[in-house]
Amino acid sequence: MAISLNKEKLRTQECEKLQEVSGTNVYSCYQCGNCTAGCPCVDAMDIPPHEVIRLAQFGQIEKILDSNTMWICASCVTCSVRCPRSVDISGVMEALRQIALQNGNEDVTKLGELSSEELEELPQIAVISNFRKLTS
Amino acid sequence: MKKIGVFLCHCGINISATVDIEKAMEALKDYPGVAHIEDYKYMCSDPGQQLIKKKIKDLGLDGVVVCACSPTLHENTFRLTVKAAGMNEYKMEMANIREQCSWVHKDKTVATEKAIKIIKSVIEKARLDEALDPIEVDITRKAMVIGAGVAGIQTALNIANSGYEVILVEREPSIGGKMAQLSETFPTLDCSQCILTPKMVEVSNHPKIKLMTYSEVVDVSGFVGNFKVKVKRKATGLDWDVCNGCGLCTEKCPKKLPSEFDQGLGERKAIYRPFPQAVPNRVVIDFENCTYMQSGKCGICQKVCPVKAIDFDKEDKFVEEEVGAIICATGFETYSVKDIPEFGGGKLPDVVDGLTFERILSASGPTGGEVRRPSDGKVPKDIVFLECVCSRDPEHYLPYCSKVCCMYTVKHAMLYKHRVHDGQPYVFYMDMRTGGKGYEEFYQRAAEEDKVVFIRGKVSKLYQDDDKIVVCGVDTLSNETIEIRADMVVLATAIVPSKGIRELTKLLKIQIDQHGFLSEAHPKLRPVESLTAGVYLAGCAQSPRDIPDTVSQASGAASMVCTLFANEKLKHEPIIVGVNEDICSGCGICTVVCPYDARKTNLEKKLVEVNEVLCEGCGACAAACPSGAAQQNNYTDNQINAMIKAILGKGG
Repeated sequence: MAISLNKEKLRTQECEKLQEVSGTNVYSCYQCGNCTAGCPCVDAMDIPPHEVIRLAQFGQIEKILDSNTMWICASCVTCSVRCPRSVDISGVMEALRQIALQNGNEDVTKLGELSSEELEELPQIAVISNFRKLTS
Repeated sequence: MKKIGVFLCHCGINISATVDIEKAMEALKDYPGVAHIEDYKYMCSDPGQQLIKKKIKDLGLDGVVVCACSPTLHENTFRLTVKAAGMNEYKMEMANIREQCSWVHKDKTVATEKAIKIIKSVIEKARLDEALDPIEVDITRKAMVIGAGVAGIQTALNIANSGYEVILVEREPSIGGKMAQLSETFPTLDCSQCILTPKMVEVSNHPKIKLMTYSEVVDVSGFVGNFKVKVKRKATGLDWDVCNGCGLCTEKCPKKLPSEFDQGLGERKAIYRPFPQAVPNRVVIDFENCTYMQSGKCGICQKVCPVKAIDFDKEDKFVEEEVGAIICATGFETYSVKDIPEFGGGKLPDVVDGLTFERILSASGPTGGEVRRPSDGKVPKDIVFLECVCSRDPEHYLPYCSKVCCMYTVKHAMLYKHRVHDGQPYVFYMDMRTGGKGYEEFYQRAAEEDKVVFIRGKVSKLYQDDDKIVVCGVDTLSNETIEIRADMVVLATAIVPSKGIRELTKLLKIQIDQHGFLSEAHPKLRPVESLTAGVYLAGCAQSPRDIPDTVSQASGAASMVCTLFANEKLKHEPIIVGVNEDICSGCGICTVVCPYDARKTNLEKKLVEVNEVLCEGCGACAAACPSGAAQQNNYTDNQINAMIKAILGKGG
């Protein structure tokens, strides 16, 4: 299905919110792909980081939220550091997670369901980053 | 026998890696006529030249053979070298053992043998070389510039400000060209007319510039320094010397027609001035559409004219001008939307080309600078710009990049957004080419600040649906197909040479490429000269380019003209083909083969006469002459035969 573009679809509330929460102008991106090239987790992502920004430029926030990309993101911030146009890709990922959670997505961590043995095995830092990533 | 010095160049390892220099020297040192033989790593270097000079003086050489690269590169260098040592420069010959030997062979033995043969043959030629002196020619220090767009204007002003007279010829009623039609210019967004009109005014007031608008070059004869040009001054239907440009006639004229200046969007009258700032400020009558000219009724303009300038005279006038140099600055057109069927073929009123959009954006345009679409005057809210329309499409249209479309489309999208704040511009592009000072920053500003959406991909089709134009494309960066229901579409169609360029280049005897753009003498080192001496190039007639490039090149062409005019006399190569009157029978075969019109048969004397200045020394006549009366200086039949014998191994 072709993406149908018009000015209403481009400037959705969600797209504006994404830019506001992340504090970044997605239109600065000129699609060089440096973010994707340096991302350590890209192989596990449904949509690579540069394409997330591209879809955001087209106002396709729902399509992005349907992917696993922002959940796979390790928040290592390599992308944002390397971006030649100072687009905070990592910040966009964080904003996407917040929007997804605020939209009422279920609690994907389900810490309560983990057994005490499992919790013992789990490194503390993993639990902390998990909370940080999923709840902000 | 002549004392010839042979100097072999290694050219670093360009020659010596493939040609065994020592072996060649051994083979040549006892060749008849060779008085001295020597090698050096770089013969063209200053020490290399000093070496040649010293040997000429010490040994009293009267012939020099430099065995090095092609004479197109260093012939002039070595001519000056031998001349400085007191030898006639035409007794210096070059044996090309690089381009024609070392560079094209791998086997050292074969290449060395070939180099020896080449050098032997050139020694044979040098033995028979005679001292020659350049032919001196007078020069008319007046230039003609054809085309008065920004390129022609700049060239004319530069030459005129150097103190030489200039005739500026323009086909349209006013000077200004395409730049006068533009709205604002990238990347500074200054108003095109505002920066051009001061130059136009300067042209019209310049004491050294003679303006011939509404005129066309119809015949050119002569040669560098001495051209004769016939110019047709098209009938205007009135006396321009009397007309004061008040414009009352255009106000009262009842016949309305689409304005060419406004790309057909606005109106003009049958008696008109193309635009308000026209230079000269004069009107012309469009004879084909004038009611009086067609039916004899009307004549209102004649009645209202306060100075009685209008005479309906339809006679074109012809004038002849003598000039020393000609600059061809005939500009460009954009590929017509009518010839692009996949984008509506000109039948969709809201699909326009870039130049039309310039008029829509222009404060002096048909909409007064408000962005309104042609069909119903509505302000478009979703507007799509397509780049590379007909450019970079060798299968269907043109293979080349039109160079300016990336930047002017970014400008269009930006200016649109500045005028329609709640509108959305989209740009479909294949590659963004923003090479130029401040250009990339301009492009990024459009994306970042004006939120222009750039979509990487070519549009395959578009069609009208109700009052929308549906544009079907793809974004190859996200692999998503894209559909936009747009209110208006702007096509950045290819830049093509202006109409009539083929005919003009035939008159000027200059070359064009397969697309009709003027060919330069050398793409890098002689970019403003044609291959015909005295004819120079400027602007988009040569290839698509933007205003800064055009102005720079126009000044470059002007400087070439001034350099030419700074000579007291012109010097012409003396390697020409004369006539031995004792042998010539006046058969005239040579006159037919001469491509330069240098040879004419004198029927009374039964002889062929040569205009030495026109002769370019191609040798066609010498080859065609059945009696041997046409001999080329320093390329005589005797010399050629001796060279062939040497090559075949029977020389000496």
